Amino acid sequence: MSSPEQWTHPEPGVGPAATAAAPTAEQVIAGLRATSEGGPELVQLLTPEGERVPNPEWDRYVADITADDLRGLYRDMVLTRRIDREGNALQRQGQLGIWVPLLGQEAAQIGAGRALKPQDMAFPSYREHGVAWCKDVAPSDLLGIFRGTDHGSWDPIAKRFHLYTIVIGNQVLNAAGYAMGQRFEGKVGDDDGEATMVFFGDGATSQGDVHEGFVWASVYDAPLVFFCQNNQWAISEPTERQSRLPLYQRARGYGFPGIRVDGNDVLATLAVSRWALSECRHGNGPVLIEAFTYRMDAHTTTDDPSRYRLTDELEAWKLKDPIERVRVHLVRHEQADKEFFDSVQAESDQLAAELREFCVNMPDPPKERIFSQVYEDGNPVLAAQRDTYLSYASGFEGGDH
Amino acid sequence: MATPVMNQEPGAAAAQTRTVTLGKSLNLGLRAAMEADPKVIVMGEDVGKLGGVFRITDGLQKDFGEQRVLDTPLAESGIVGTAVGLAIRGFRPVCEIQFDGFIFPAFDQIVSQVAKLHFRSQGKIKVPMVIRVPFGGGIGAVEHHSESPESYFAHTAGLKVVSCSNAVDAYWMIQQAIRCDDPVLFFEPKRRYYEKAELDVDATPDPLFASRVLRQGSAATLVSYGPSVKTCLESAVAAAEEGTELEVIDLRTLSPLDLTPVFESVRRTGHLVVVSEAPSESSLASEIAARVQEECFYSLEAPVLRVTGFDTPYPPSKLEEDFLPDLDRVLDAVDRSLGW
Ligand SMILES: Cc1ncc(C[n+]2csc(CCOP(=O)(O)OP(=O)(O)O)c2C)c(N)n1
Ligand SMILES: [Mg+2]
Repeated sequence: MSSPEQWTHPEPGVGPAATAAAPTAEQVIAGLRATSEGGPELVQLLTPEGERVPNPEWDRYVADITADDLRGLYRDMVLTRRIDREGNALQRQGQLGIWVPLLGQEAAQIGAGRALKPQDMAFPSYREHGVAWCKDVAPSDLLGIFRGTDHGSWDPIAKRFHLYTIVIGNQVLNAAGYAMGQRFEGKVGDDDGEATMVFFGDGATSQGDVHEGFVWASVYDAPLVFFCQNNQWAISEPTERQSRLPLYQRARGYGFPGIRVDGNDVLATLAVSRWALSECRHGNGPVLIEAFTYRMDAHTTTDDPSRYRLTDELEAWKLKDPIERVRVHLVRHEQADKEFFDSVQAESDQLAAELREFCVNMPDPPKERIFSQVYEDGNPVLAAQRDTYLSYASGFEGGDH
Repeated sequence: MATPVMNQEPGAAAAQTRTVTLGKSLNLGLRAAMEADPKVIVMGEDVGKLGGVFRITDGLQKDFGEQRVLDTPLAESGIVGTAVGLAIRGFRPVCEIQFDGFIFPAFDQIVSQVAKLHFRSQGKIKVPMVIRVPFGGGIGAVEHHSESPESYFAHTAGLKVVSCSNAVDAYWMIQQAIRCDDPVLFFEPKRRYYEKAELDVDATPDPLFASRVLRQGSAATLVSYGPSVKTCLESAVAAAEEGTELEVIDLRTLSPLDLTPVFESVRRTGHLVVVSEAPSESSLASEIAARVQEECFYSLEAPVLRVTGFDTPYPPSKLEEDFLPDLDRVLDAVDRSLGW
């Protein structure tokens, strides 16, 4: 009677309504598949086996990518992964309080990050270490948040990379406002126009802030690319806890294009992101990109994924590794030799060593930091509180306390 | 007496008690409430399969099913807003907010609907829901995971607000909160989740909306709730070693406040120090100070002192030991009060 499509793509006037309340097993499977497999609409340029598949629609957005550029993307991903693994190790060794791994999401983040132009603004969530890398934020600047010495130490204005936002969804509205500002200031309309990209997860799509961000960006034609990394999990909840239909399809309801890209394919992500940013730059925003990827590691270092997901799933996704497919492609087309791979390896080891060195030597923040910069022009009550506390605390200096 | 063992018949108790952590106690209390009433449902992010990030709901979905333990979409306004509808429909939802700092997306629903429906409908609508909030700092977490937002809710008429400080209370208070026909904000001291106590599930608990004197003393009174209660008890032990006997009162209920035991105590000691992690400006600590000076003016030998978090956002965790009231700051305030 009712087809799986009906359940996953409810349309009026085609068969019985509301089959979702009592779906057949077949419909449930179809529903799950719609959110857990890429599906036919997935944009892919580089298969997991490293095969470049021609795509008349999308090839033009990466037509300029030379072998050298591809090696550059490979290097970005390897270094990003190395930063990530080092962060994880530093947490395990007690140097960081927590780490939020991006393992598996390197292509999504490098593809998007490398599509950004210097004039573009990015609003990350808390996992975007790869985008930070592309925005020239020093990896060591990411450590303070996780070590507990600061809430973000880079200059978000100078880097055009906003502070990490932990409250799920908040940054989506902030990004919408920023992009509205770009438009209000007449900074969209040509190749040199500005755009904004905001990063959030599959879980975040349920938040009211994200919905409102879609609404605001659309009614103000904001030059905003919504970049949703669907890594299949929001801590322990699979994507089907958040949506009955593929996330990219939501854009249609708000009146702007939505597209699903293979988030483990750096080339496809770069192509789609360039297109989306270009649309925004020229005044045709917003755009939603769903980067279909996988969180290979735990949600954070305090999480234990064995409680809620099968290792089979992880194993299946390992075969779609974002870095491996580029490596295979480069080797197969003789665009990189052993010397290149060795040098990237050596560079990543060096970077990791520097990061570690920096981390273990990070000084604890001074007590004054608690009270500083709460207000632009200070606050006399707080100043008195600070003075009282600092003088009290100085009484302990040199003692056992 | 770091954690109270209540209502026990000496001797007979031993066989019935078990040692449990505060977290486990909440879990047992939730389970008991779900067994007692099929209308009790648990809802929140990651509360089902994972059992919550602190495992407070561990095993509940397995035993009660997905219709009674809901892994909800990721939206706090959604969790609380739909719980209101479920409550109108006759359910008794127990919502989990994963961390204190994530309650704010639900603030509108809590203040505008949860708190006001009974009043607006003049009692025709009851909202018997519980919103559980792991709160407070001291766990070395990143931003938004260490906040103490209880005063916002105590400030809002129509809400009841409680906080447990030990494993025994946790077990009883969560069940009493669930049985309460008014909405209850239930603040759990997350850094005390692993503190243990002897629990006797056959005991008769104290009423929910009642403060309790945990330690008697004549020199000065310490009043606190949630995670700071342990700090106060430790301070009292340290003070006793120096010959100063402090009375320690666990508020347990933050709205309605039950200050009668506090007034009685202050009339005897003449000195009061209120301890809380929350910033002091317009806080519960301030409310208590105001009420005590109204009621006990002639008994006070010193102004009521507050030992609280600073009036700043919660700092990066390397600085949280400075931010959080500790034994030294409590005793310093006691000294200042006694030396007034
Ligand atoms: C408002 C809010 N609620 C809850 C949390 C706790 N939390 C942190 S990450 C997370 C899951 C997010 O999932 P998703 O949006 O898919 O992003 P991912 O972590 O997978 O990158 C949750 C529930 C939070 N940070 N903010
Ligand atoms: Mg996710």
